[in-house]
Amino acid sequence: MEPRSVGAVRAQTLHFFEPLAFRSGTVLDSYDLVYETYGTLNAAKSNAVLACHALNAAHHVAGYYTEAPDNIGWWDNMIGPGKPVDTEKFFVVGVNNVGGCFGSTGPKSVNPKSGKPYGSSFPVVTVEDWVDAQARLADRLGIASFAAVMGGSLGAMQALQWTIGYPDRIRNAIVVAAAPKLSAQNIAFNEVARQAITTDPDFHGGDYYEHGVVPRRGLRLARMIGHITYLSDDAMMEKFGRALRSDSIQFHFDVDFEIESYLRHQGDKFSEYFDANTYLLITRALDYFDPAAAHDNDLSRAFAAARARFLVVSFTSDWRFAPPRAREIVKALLDNRCDVSYAEIDAPHGHDAFLLDDARYHALVRAYFDGIFERL
Amino acid sequence: MTGQEEGVLSGRSDFQAIASWIRPDSTVLDLGCGDGLLLKYLEQTRNARGYGIDIADANVLACVKNGVNVIQSDLERGLAGFDAGSFDCVILSQTLQAVRRTEEILLEMLRVGREAIVSFPNFGRWDLRLQIALGRMPISPELPYEWYNTPNVHLFTIADFESFCEEHHIRVIERVALNRGRPVRTFANFFGSLAVYRFEKRH
Repeated sequence: MEPRSVGAVRAQTLHFFEPLAFRSGTVLDSYDLVYETYGTLNAAKSNAVLACHALNAAHHVAGYYTEAPDNIGWWDNMIGPGKPVDTEKFFVVGVNNVGGCFGSTGPKSVNPKSGKPYGSSFPVVTVEDWVDAQARLADRLGIASFAAVMGGSLGAMQALQWTIGYPDRIRNAIVVAAAPKLSAQNIAFNEVARQAITTDPDFHGGDYYEHGVVPRRGLRLARMIGHITYLSDDAMMEKFGRALRSDSIQFHFDVDFEIESYLRHQGDKFSEYFDANTYLLITRALDYFDPAAAHDNDLSRAFAAARARFLVVSFTSDWRFAPPRAREIVKALLDNRCDVSYAEIDAPHGHDAFLLDDARYHALVRAYFDGIFERL
Repeated sequence: MTGQEEGVLSGRSDFQAIASWIRPDSTVLDLGCGDGLLLKYLEQTRNARGYGIDIADANVLACVKNGVNVIQSDLERGLAGFDAGSFDCVILSQTLQAVRRTEEILLEMLRVGREAIVSFPNFGRWDLRLQIALGRMPISPELPYEWYNTPNVHLFTIADFESFCEEHHIRVIERVALNRGRPVRTFANFFGSLAVYRFEKRH
């Protein structure tokens, strides 16, 4: 075991009976949220941190499972004893968002009304809906206000939404590899991913569960296209170059290049554990997130209610949510005289950099959390 | 005390002068804010609401450690992310001599800030003149570098700055020359080691 790991962890489930109203107009009468916690909530309940997941992750943020020691949390390098987010000081919560496929109520869960999986009938969720559900979880855990809500990419959007939707319940927002809304190109990539899934003959309009199949080919393609956007051109070239699987090109359409093999492997792995309907929902939540839309597209007005302090971090080689997108957020926060610090980390890895070890990035988050701890 | 340490200390001597010109509760933008200690000082003494700008990773980290707002950005690319008149005061403390696009930065300061404050080492001080007269590039507590490792690219005197302001329709509101931390009453360009100016656009 890595010495600075939170160690063996266990997921917990809470059942919620209060109906959850979605922005789409649909209401979920009851639902489950599965979550994990690390560290100890202090007596004042002031040291709670919420770590929000992005597209393909969930509540398993740090540590490992006794029964699956290789299943290490997705932000384990960031969160743990003595790590940038120190679990000896903070009580960290990870939650699988509603609509997910790792235990929280989602399309593959059984709808108590029909006795069948929700499938295509599961409501389209938004970032706002997720944050509402997270707030309900916080209520149940006795957390009136989070010391910090943090996330990268789509997780960062949730942190932003917390500052807008629940300004009195979040004291710091750590917003990494973020954009205030998707660009046309971002939406275009998501659309290709969704088309890959919905045109798979095994999709059955989203109700594939009852046919005993999964749209594996579609999911695989969706993951492959997504994965390309997470890496920078340079990082991909450095890692794979034009390296071949065999000694020479084979004049066929099967795998010649290492990058092809890598993408296929990523796609295969993903299609075995991820639910296709959840992929559709999550990409749509990304597309729809646009806090400025309700304010004449004025992002500054969108943050008028925000009271939190912000740490905004971007990575130079991230072309999915490039630094200028993060600076849009910073500008809006400055316009509202919010406390904000912004760092542009010179990292080669692309969008995925927010998940990787980078000394400058981690030192910054550590220093920021030290400040949060001093102000607890 | 080495020249370098003395430089750091005398480098802080402009803090008080700057703070005395900042009205309570002002919004302040500090360009090239370094470790953020000036901002911290202004927050503590003037209840200022401040943001720093710096390009260096180490300085951004130092600001976060000091609990000061900092935006990592390259001054040489201007202040495009900042609206006109959005700050009460824009400060450039002991950085002007290290900036390449001097004119643009000073004009940007007066676009974004209603007022601006700069401090800079006075290249006209007598000991520097003497060193040049003796045929060497000058070294002083404020300018502790050798010619080959200096970050400074535009060294200038108090007289140079005054004529710059005149030519660029800048009105000097207040000025003070310091000699190793103490105000210089006469012959500022000869005895002053550090100059601090508060100025605005001439209306």
